[in-house]
Order: sequence, then C-alpha cells, then structure tokens
Amino acid sequence: MKQFLAFVRKEFYHVLRDRRTLLILFGMPIAQILIFGFALTNEVKDSEILVVDYAKDNASQELLTKIGSSRYFNIRQAALSHSEILGTFQKGKIKAVVVFPANFNEDLLHHNKAQIQIITDASDVNTANMVTNYLSSIIMDYQNQLNRNLEIPYRITSEVRMLYNPQLKGAHGFVPGVMALVLLLVSVMMTAISIVREKETGTMEILLVSPFKPVLVIFAKAFPYLALSLVNVTAILLLSVFVLDLPVKGSVALLFAESTLFIITCLALGIFISIKTSSQQIAMLISLMGMLLPTMMFSGFLFPIENMPVPLQVISNIVPSKWFYIIVKSIMIKGLGLAALWKETLILFGMTVFLLLVSLKSFKIRLQ
Amino acid sequence: MMEAVVVKNLVKTYGKEKTVAVDDVSFSVDKGELFGLIGPDGAGKTSIFRMLTTLLLPDSGSATVDGHDIVKDFRQIRSSVGYMPGKFSLYQDLTIEENLHFFATVFGTTIEENYHLIKDIYVQIEPFKNRRAGKLSGGMKQKLALCCALIHKPTTLFLDEPTTGVDPVSRKEFWEMLRRLKEENITILVSTPYMDEASLCDRIALVQGGKILSIDTPHGIVNSYPDALLAIKANEMYRLLKALKGYPGILNSYAFGEYAHATLRDAHTDTHALQVYLHEHGLTGVEVKEAEVTIEDSFIKLLH
Repeated sequence: MKQFLAFVRKEFYHVLRDRRTLLILFGMPIAQILIFGFALTNEVKDSEILVVDYAKDNASQELLTKIGSSRYFNIRQAALSHSEILGTFQKGKIKAVVVFPANFNEDLLHHNKAQIQIITDASDVNTANMVTNYLSSIIMDYQNQLNRNLEIPYRITSEVRMLYNPQLKGAHGFVPGVMALVLLLVSVMMTAISIVREKETGTMEILLVSPFKPVLVIFAKAFPYLALSLVNVTAILLLSVFVLDLPVKGSVALLFAESTLFIITCLALGIFISIKTSSQQIAMLISLMGMLLPTMMFSGFLFPIENMPVPLQVISNIVPSKWFYIIVKSIMIKGLGLAALWKETLILFGMTVFLLLVSLKSFKIRLQ
Repeated sequence: MMEAVVVKNLVKTYGKEKTVAVDDVSFSVDKGELFGLIGPDGAGKTSIFRMLTTLLLPDSGSATVDGHDIVKDFRQIRSSVGYMPGKFSLYQDLTIEENLHFFATVFGTTIEENYHLIKDIYVQIEPFKNRRAGKLSGGMKQKLALCCALIHKPTTLFLDEPTTGVDPVSRKEFWEMLRRLKEENITILVSTPYMDEASLCDRIALVQGGKILSIDTPHGIVNSYPDALLAIKANEMYRLLKALKGYPGILNSYAFGEYAHATLRDAHTDTHALQVYLHEHGLTGVEVKEAEVTIEDSFIKLLH
C-alpha cells in the first residue's frame, strides 16, 4: 500500500510539473465548455427583428410587447413600403421582418381571423427556421390567451411543446458531449502516453526489476488519472450550472457514479493502447484517431445516430461514449434514475470488464 | 565460495531473422566478486544483463542468480537484485531526493535503513538534492542511478555500461565506489566498452559477437598474451602504420594512443633492423620499445 501511494504521488508530480499536460488537463475542458457554450451556439439570441406595423392598434401593440419581452429578439420599428423591406435584408443585420397589415385588430375581432406576415432571411436556413418557430410560438401563445376569454368552439390547433428543454437551449446537447470528449481524452490519451513514456525512457525496465507487481504499476499509473478526470467532471458540471444556467435535473451522485464507470472504461482502453504501442507519438495518434473521431461521429453528440445508415448505426453501438452520452443526457436533462438507465449502464459495465480483462491478459511482465 | 551467478549455454536471438545476440554463453560469478563484461557496442552485453535480470527470456540455456532460476523464479530475482540500465532511466522531472525516495519505497525500504550503503556516493550529490534529475551532469546522473539501484541492499548488482558518456574524473570516482561496495559483500556485474576499466575488475569476460572470447583475471588475461609486443612512435602515425603493415617480421599492428602497437612473429626479432626499415621509409623521430601488454591488446589479439 505504501508502495502504491508513493507511486501515485510520483504520478502527480509528473502531471503537476508538466505545464503542457496541465494545460490539456484543465484548460481543455474549460475552453471547450466556454467555446461550445458561447461561440458555437445555434441558439437565436438577440436577433434583430424589423417590425412594420401598418395597424398600430391594440392587438398589434400587445403582440409586439410580447415579442419584444422575449430575450430572443430586439425589435426595431420602421414604416417601410414592401419593396424597401427587401433592401433591409441585403444589409445583413435583420434576421426577420414582421408585417402587421392595417386593420389587424379589427380583422381579429370581427372576422375571427387576422394575418401577420413573417419574412425571414433564408440564406441561413437554420436561423431562419429557428426565428420563424420562435415567432410562431409567441403568436400562438398570444392567440391562446385571447381564446381563453372568447371561447371559440371547434378549433384544432396543434400545440407544440419542447419537452425537457422548452427554451431550446443549445447547451443541453453539448454539455454531455463535451463531458464524454474530455473524459475520453484525459483518460485514454493521457494514461496511454504516461505508461508508454515509462517504456520509452527506460524507467519501465527498472520498475519491472523490482518487487513491485507489474500489474500494480499499471493500476498505480491509472489511478491519478481517475482522480483528475473526476476533478474535470466536477469542473464541467460547475461551469454548466453556474455559467451556462443548465442545472442537473437528476441525481448528482448517480451522475458521478456513471462518470466513474465511464472513466474506468477509458482507462482500460488507455492501458490497452499503451501495452500495444512503444512510442508516445503512436500512442497519441491511436488515441486521437481511434477514440476521438468515433466519439465525435458516433456518440450522437454532433450527428444524430437515427439518421445514419444501418451499418453505421450498428458500429455506433461499440463506441462506449455513445452509451455514456445517453446516460449523461438522461440524468442531467431528463432527470432519469438508474431504473431507466440500467441497460446502458450494464453495456458500459460489460465493455469495461472486457477491456480490463483484455489489457491485463496482454500485459507483458518482460521486455518482449 | 558460493556462486552468485551461474550462466549455462545461454542463447538469445531477435526477430524473425533470428539475429543472434548471445551465442552459447557460459560463465559463473562468485559471491562478492566484481565481474566485468568487456566488449564493444553490440557485443551482446546488454542482452546478457537483461536475461539475468529476468527482463528477457533466453531462447535456450539456463542461468541462476543467487540460486534462483531466471525463468521460473523471476519474482525472487526481481526483489533481490539491483539493476542499472545502460540508458539513464530515472525520472527526469523528479528531484534527486524524490527519485531516491520513490525507489526506496517501491523496494519496500527507506533511505535511512540502508543509508550506510549509499552514503559515500550520496554525499557527493546531496548538495543538489532539490535539483531535478534531468538537469544533472552525466556523472551526477550515474551516481544517482547507482544510489537508486543500491538503496534496497541488493545481493547482486547489475550495472550496464554505467560509465558510458561520463567524464574521466567521474569514471574514476565511480569505479572507486564499486571497489568500496565489494566490502559490503555485494556481487557486482558490470559491463563496459572501455578496456582501461577492465583492469579494475576481479575477473573479466571479453565479449564479441555474442560469444565470450576469454574469461580470466585481468592479470591472467594480460599474462597469457602469446606474442612479443612493441610500442613504436614516429612523427607521422598514418605513414608509420602503413610502413609497419609492409614489414615481414610483424604479425599485426594498430594505433594505440600516440604509439603504434605491433606484435612480432618471432620474439627475438631485431628491433634495430625495424628502426632502419622505418627510416628508409622516410619516417623521422622513430622510437621503438617493448610495450606493456594491456587488456585492449589481448582483446585485439583475440579478435584476429
């Protein structure tokens, strides 16, 4: 035990004294969270909306206040002719134009039917769609408000509810994704590199010619990265709760337990890579190409798996991060418990056991 | 006297082509002996050491260290021997003290417990104990590596080219330390490409091409030199060597420091005639004297 502790302490010295390792270890998760959270967002925030109000009556004013009070839109008013509207798009700042025809309120009261025109800049399809959706839902909301008082029978309106994420916050999807990515990088790559480094510098030779059990060398090397990865999980969760306003709906303890399981899966993978390679560069390349790429592609974090061709869907099943991504998403956003996630947990657990067995079996107690 | 290391017909080949690194090597080392494996790079010294330290499996043959078989009882060997690889293999980003402490703990001991063993060496590097190992000079690195290999009081110490890349003064100091360790009754196997270090061992094995050419005490090896040896000096070494090659009474000649060494076909060859011959070849400042045989001469002789 004393030997083990000395080993772990030595490992921490390595990490804490290497500025580059430290940067990857702690700079990367923070940078990723902040980049995904603020820069690469596909949310529509503070979009410039031009309102052309020919009606200027009660109803149009009420609706405008409603649109303006949401944090998605900044309203500018102008009285323009139809042809002038097109010109404003070409300047590029305006995301959409909302046109209220004259007699808007009257049409609504007397004909029970009024029209609003929404013109969007579809050169950016996603934004255009998003803006239209937001606007329609605000208008729908206003309509419901009116209907409550008026009670018009027999009208079918579809009511769209965005479950778990009513504000369509982009952060919801990427926090679990970033978590899977960061843990994978730290646990697989760093562990693999640090074990291979001992081979490369020759210290492995000395460690093998010592009473210290070779298998313990491996565990002692993996342990610090488990601890550091958990620190990373904590950092990511703190950032997502306090900086991105994304609370953890489910049990935090369960989230940590599942993260620990996933970290161990990754550590086993890292150990396996380190056993099979003999130079730090190769270990790094394999970790990046073999781990990072499949995680990006097949975890469902960037591309929805359901839309992939069937063979790729099958392949995605052997990517551990896919299961972890599902688990984290379910716990953080849907607030589900272990009862709903036992299947994914079991798959991840099986993978871990398998990888650990394979790496222990292929571990060499000699140089060749 | 008990034998600490017994090697019988050890063979090691590498790769698919079965490149022979160690070719049917046998020798034994007595307890408390300072035994040297002397030979050039690629002679197979490191392979022998790695097999004895259980890091490599032999293709055939057997060996024991302290009575333990190198294949079956590798655990016992690993916990009782000390090993210093040829390449500096400590943690460069850890300080001297941290390295020593780490290896002491890994071997289940403390620095204090065996401090007497390393004291003479450690006091020399102690002033720098908070310096990182990567920032040490070559000599200091080797001293630290020796401390780390010694800290658990090994019964047998394997030092693979401990003085390669170390300045002459540090090399001398290092060998003095090894002599002192003998008093602790630690068996030491050391390999080196430097012939001048061979005379500091109790017994040496001359190794070349994976084979042992000769095993004896340095004195015995030198004494068994069969030929008469001359040391010849002239102003121009290159022309001197060329001229010596053409002299019929000379078996073999080679540069040896500022002199050329030449073995004679007949011990009674007239050296005066040789001097005249060299003068005829336009060499000036010719000096011919009888040379003292060194290990290097013996080694060169064995290679021919």
